Amino acid sequence: MSSSTHTSTIGAIGAPSRRNTELALLVFAVLIPIFAYANVGLAINDEVPTGMLGYGLGLGLLAGVAHLIVRRFAPYADPLLLPLATLLNGLGIVLIWRLDQSERLQQASTFTAGAPNQLMYSALGIALFVGVLLLLKDHRVLQRYTYISMVAALVLLLLPLVPGLGRNVFGAKIWISVAGFSIQPGEFAKIALAVFFSGYLMVKRDALALASRRFMGLYLPRGRDLGPIITIWAVSLLILIFETDLGTSLLFFGLFVIMLYVATERTSWIIIGLGMSVAGAVGVASFSSHVEARVNAWLDPFGCYADSGACEQIGQSIMAFGSGGVLGTGWGQGNSDLIGFAANSDFIFSTVGEELGLAGVMAFLLIYGLIIERGVRTSLAARDPFGKLFAIGLTGAFALQIFIVAGGVMGLIPLTGMTMPFLAYGGSSVIANWALIGILIRISDTARRPAPSPAPSPDAEMTQVVRP
Amino acid sequence: MNKPLRRIAIFCGVLILALLVRTNWIQYVQADDLSSRKENKRVDIERYSIKRGDIIVDGKAITGSKDTDDSFFQYKRTWKNGPMWAPVTGYASQVFGTSQIENLEDGILTGTDDRLFFSRTLDMLTGKKKGGGNVVTTLNGAAQKAAFEGLGDSKGAVAAIDPETGAILALASTPSYDPSTFAGRSNKDGDAWNDLTNNPDKPMLNRALRETYAPGSTFKVVTAAAALEHGLYDDVDEKTKTPEPWTMPGTRTELPNHGGNNCEKASLREAMRVSCNTVFGKIGSDLGKEKMIETAEKFGFNEEQFVPVRSNASVFPTELDPSQTALSSIGQFNTSATPLQMAMVTAAIANDGTLMEPYMVSELKAPNLDTVEKHAPKTLSEPLSKPNAQKIQQTMETVVNEGTGTNAKIDGVTVGGKTGTAETGENNEGTPFAWFISYAKTDSGSPVAVAVVIEDSNADEAVSGGGLAAPIAKDVMKAVIDSKG
Repeated sequence: MSSSTHTSTIGAIGAPSRRNTELALLVFAVLIPIFAYANVGLAINDEVPTGMLGYGLGLGLLAGVAHLIVRRFAPYADPLLLPLATLLNGLGIVLIWRLDQSERLQQASTFTAGAPNQLMYSALGIALFVGVLLLLKDHRVLQRYTYISMVAALVLLLLPLVPGLGRNVFGAKIWISVAGFSIQPGEFAKIALAVFFSGYLMVKRDALALASRRFMGLYLPRGRDLGPIITIWAVSLLILIFETDLGTSLLFFGLFVIMLYVATERTSWIIIGLGMSVAGAVGVASFSSHVEARVNAWLDPFGCYADSGACEQIGQSIMAFGSGGVLGTGWGQGNSDLIGFAANSDFIFSTVGEELGLAGVMAFLLIYGLIIERGVRTSLAARDPFGKLFAIGLTGAFALQIFIVAGGVMGLIPLTGMTMPFLAYGGSSVIANWALIGILIRISDTARRPAPSPAPSPDAEMTQVVRP
Repeated sequence: MNKPLRRIAIFCGVLILALLVRTNWIQYVQADDLSSRKENKRVDIERYSIKRGDIIVDGKAITGSKDTDDSFFQYKRTWKNGPMWAPVTGYASQVFGTSQIENLEDGILTGTDDRLFFSRTLDMLTGKKKGGGNVVTTLNGAAQKAAFEGLGDSKGAVAAIDPETGAILALASTPSYDPSTFAGRSNKDGDAWNDLTNNPDKPMLNRALRETYAPGSTFKVVTAAAALEHGLYDDVDEKTKTPEPWTMPGTRTELPNHGGNNCEKASLREAMRVSCNTVFGKIGSDLGKEKMIETAEKFGFNEEQFVPVRSNASVFPTELDPSQTALSSIGQFNTSATPLQMAMVTAAIANDGTLMEPYMVSELKAPNLDTVEKHAPKTLSEPLSKPNAQKIQQTMETVVNEGTGTNAKIDGVTVGGKTGTAETGENNEGTPFAWFISYAKTDSGSPVAVAVVIEDSNADEAVSGGGLAAPIAKDVMKAVIDSKG
């Protein structure tokens, strides 16, 4: 309750901050991964893993710090986002640790234990999350950096193409290595692009929405307004061609179409966008052997299982899901390590499928669905167009990424190299996604914060004085 | 802006819904198909993650399971005295699959058989480690050893049956192989497999069940049975209507006798003792092919046997002219038989005319040693009457006491037998096969009937059938009698 010393005015009933709800949920979000961790240890080594105390304390500490910061600096933020992200992050580390225990993966020459690194990346991610909440007092500040964000996004996207910096991992050039660390700049570019689109569209939305010609039932935009779209389309295609990364291109293009649609409220953009993405994808698929192989692997993974690495990967992944069945084999008792390459990053969801089964996969998808739902809700609740666009942009990108990765490993769409947010091994992904959650929390805090009560005005009191 | 936002929310919901539908599709609808595909290594990983059950002979396991440090397949099959038992067990390789009992009873041995569902569920609930069940065989260790060692370095096979039940007591085949050499998945295992499959001597061929040999003179007991059963002759000491020399009907070819024996009007007993071709050839031609086929098929010819391992069908030809009928009746022309078939013929005679169905798995046991299934002896057919069977027994005993089979004599035991030599190849240029079939009889009935065949031997029946094959048959019979008494 705000100060209610003045009984004469109806005091705003302060919206509940829901911080205690968040805390209660966080307790579960920390306990569940700890139980999962113990479960893996018991299944594989018949004993509670020795690192359990450290892991539990570490996760609890990170979650606690994040919670306190939210309580202090974003008290009206959405209460679900932090616990859901913590739960996914915690379970992700357990999944990675579980795959670290695999004898078959340990025999590979490139094997390194992923869990300790992932815990460190998670700490960095939460540090960035805290940094976002501390430094970004109001998300609208980002509006100022619209064009800087665009440049940053383009630079980040093109970095893997710089000779000597970029790395080619299994056909996709989406990595750069800096001082021994591999970074996926695309993960950060996602956020930068969302900033740019929000800022740009907020300014141009009226022009894009209204100044158009009607043609065959569609509102076609003017050439000069179409410019940025064509640019983005071209950039996506370039990524696709030079980095052979279908997923990232699809993600950025989808992100742009979603934001354009929300900004202009014109369905024609969706149709134009879909048409362009299909044209681009088909065009590139017929030129790039890498993309073509992925498409063939998607169409019939077992038809070319023995001949093609792409087919074997997707086949292994689908078999992992199928072998899990409805209830799964249980933590640590599956054989998803047969996937081999990228088992703990791009294919981590296959381990969920095998060990936790249909039930586990659906639970994970619903958790992701909840995060998306909270993001959309934040966008709906936001009061400023920039905040709305920014929130739906981040959420839409998140949703598309889930769909592209999970759909890929489950054989629903052609597989592309991307990481499952929070679950997959990889510093860039975890850190960028924590930043994303931080921004959503900031926007939701702004959105749900009660309107400031009017400053007590001495005149108001005066008017009530009836002079004798 | 809220209207498009809501639509985007629906769009995101559709994306998640598509994923939910897809996961249901692959994890529920297609789960069985995906989890059992041939590409799915989990099938084999699971299979070799448990200790494979054992095959039991005389109450002792002749197989084992070795815990390897392999990160894919934990347990590897081992065999005790592999070469000796290979014709019985077959192989179970991580790479090359399974055969024979290892194949047919795989469900029991790996514990995945439907009949083990209850014990599996119980073990799961009590947290007991999964294991495989055992297969108890009818084999007799001593008899198998006698058979395998008797064959030694020669190519050949031995089949021994308990005439009263049909239980297989010995099943040896040489040259043999050691299934342990390719049970694993290393390169060494692959080389061993290639060596074995490319070996011209075919060590992996189970000669006792899967190779058919011309039975030669041993087939004469079937012809004698046909003569008695169809009333051509009533007594084994009755003179037969056999001229000397005898020209085969429809030809100008005289059928020769071994060693120039004169078989004119020889009785069945005498004809059996010296193995007259003319007497039995004429019986065949007098009876005609229909009656010969009828009797041969009652003994199990022209039909595959499942013991439960499949045994090739022995052949008594059905398209015959009279001279071919005569030749077929002395085990030549296209007549061919597995060693198991000839052991069945002998067993039927020793069991007073009743042929029992041969089998070698007596009991299947669950991992907790409960009995899952027990085999009950079954009658396969009655190829001849008891009196006729006993008449033929007399002739076969004559063969052992004073004929070509004296090497099979055992002190204090009645033994009946018949030697045989089959000529092979165009113009009989191939190496002949030496045969010996025999049974032993004690006061309590006949405990064993045995058939021995040795490839690559001397054409003289007394030297080869009686000299090479009979001693092996004797040792096998003795081993069975000793182990019973």
